[in-house]
Parts: sequence; C-alpha cells; structure tokens
Amino acid sequence: MPNAHNVLFRTLADPTRRAIFERLCREGEQTVGALTAQSGVSQPAVSKHLGILKRARLVRDRQDGRQTHYRAQLGALAPLMDWTSRMTGFWQSRFDKLEDLLRRMDQ
Amino acid sequence: MSETETRSVVVEREIPFPPEKIWRALTQPHLIEEWLMKNDFQPVVGHRFNFRRDPVPNWNGVIDCEVMSVEPNRTLTYTWGAFGVGSVITWTLTPTAAGTHLRMEHSGFRPDQQQNYQGAKYGWQKFFANLEQVLTRID
Repeated sequence: MPNAHNVLFRTLADPTRRAIFERLCREGEQTVGALTAQSGVSQPAVSKHLGILKRARLVRDRQDGRQTHYRAQLGALAPLMDWTSRMTGFWQSRFDKLEDLLRRMDQ
Repeated sequence: MSETETRSVVVEREIPFPPEKIWRALTQPHLIEEWLMKNDFQPVVGHRFNFRRDPVPNWNGVIDCEVMSVEPNRTLTYTWGAFGVGSVITWTLTPTAAGTHLRMEHSGFRPDQQQNYQGAKYGWQKFFANLEQVLTRID
C-alpha cells in the first residue's frame, strides 16, 4: 500500500477524529469551539485531532480574529477514491481466471 | 473527480469459446466460485444472492446482489452492493467468428451516491471500512 494511503488510513482510523472529519464534510466550515461542543471530548483533544487531520491535508484552517475555522479537503481522499482503476484491475484478473476455467471446462 | 458523471468500469475480451459455454461459467454457482467468489446465484430475475469472500477487518466479506435481467447466452445484469453503495454489473455476450466477445460493465457511483459519499447521509465508517477492503483485495 502506498505511503499516501497509509497516512490517510492511520489518520482516519481513530473514531473521534473520523467523526470530526465527517462533520466537517457534512456541515462545512466549523470553529474549534463548535466542533468541541458536539464531539464529547475536550477542546485540547479536538485541537490535537485537527492538527493530525491538517498534517494529512484532510482539513485546512483559516484564522478569523480569535477564532480558527476548519474545513474538510475532500481532494485529499483522491488516492483512496481511484475506484475505476482499482475495479478495472479487479475485473481483469477475474477475466483471466474465467478464461482459465473455460479452458478446463468440458464442452 | 467529477461530481456529476457516473463512473463505470468496462472490461472486454475476445474469448475463443462459444457464448453457451461462457454463459455456464457466468451462471452456475460452482463455476462462478472458481473464477469469482462463493455465491448462491440463480439466473432468475429478482433472485437475491450474495458473493462471499473471507472476512477482512471491518468487512464481513459479503456482497449483496440481486438479479435484474437474464437473457440466456446474451446478457446478464445484477446489482452489486459493495463499497457501501449500490452498483450494477452487466455482462454482454456477442458471438464472433472465433468465439465470443465478452463485455463486462461495472457501473459505479451515481451522482446522488457521490453526494452521499461526500458526507450527507453516508456512514463514514462503513465507507472507510469498504475502502480498506478494496485495497486489501485488489491484486
């Protein structure tokens, strides 16, 4: 598995972090305070999760006065979403196996 | 990544066997298992069935399917409920001088599903688990 995948998987493997990211996907830009209010964990914990998401380029932050706003960066998921090439590889290998089977089968 | 177009995968191949023989391999469960996966397929419209693989973390290895159309030796269509969204597999068999032109189209995310994937209704955890499963199983 390429390194980009590893980073994304490791980053999103944590349920709390994934919930924060999911919420940003669903509801758009949020402040740390708003995210903390619904996350069930402390603000330092939320900030730590946001830092990890940011390093994985899954979120971007924007300073507005004293508030920091975060937004999801769905483009960062592209390495995981290369669905067509993965499925093409899958079905081509199945076609190979199908041809092998046809050669073995009785007429 | 476009948000409006349906994404699909097409694999086509000239196969030096007649459609009738390929049809058997596409529709008889013990033969399907040899090249695809364990299954309880029946070539009956409306029949619900599964493909099964060995479970992997966060995925039980089951793909839920339903037969949509059956035209013996010509076309076969079934839904493919994997990766957290519904997709459709269409097999088309066309006789040729040397055997059969076999075409498989696996149509993927529709625009509304794409929105789901972007977070609206979609269980992220399931999506993630399914992605992991995709990466695990593709050779």
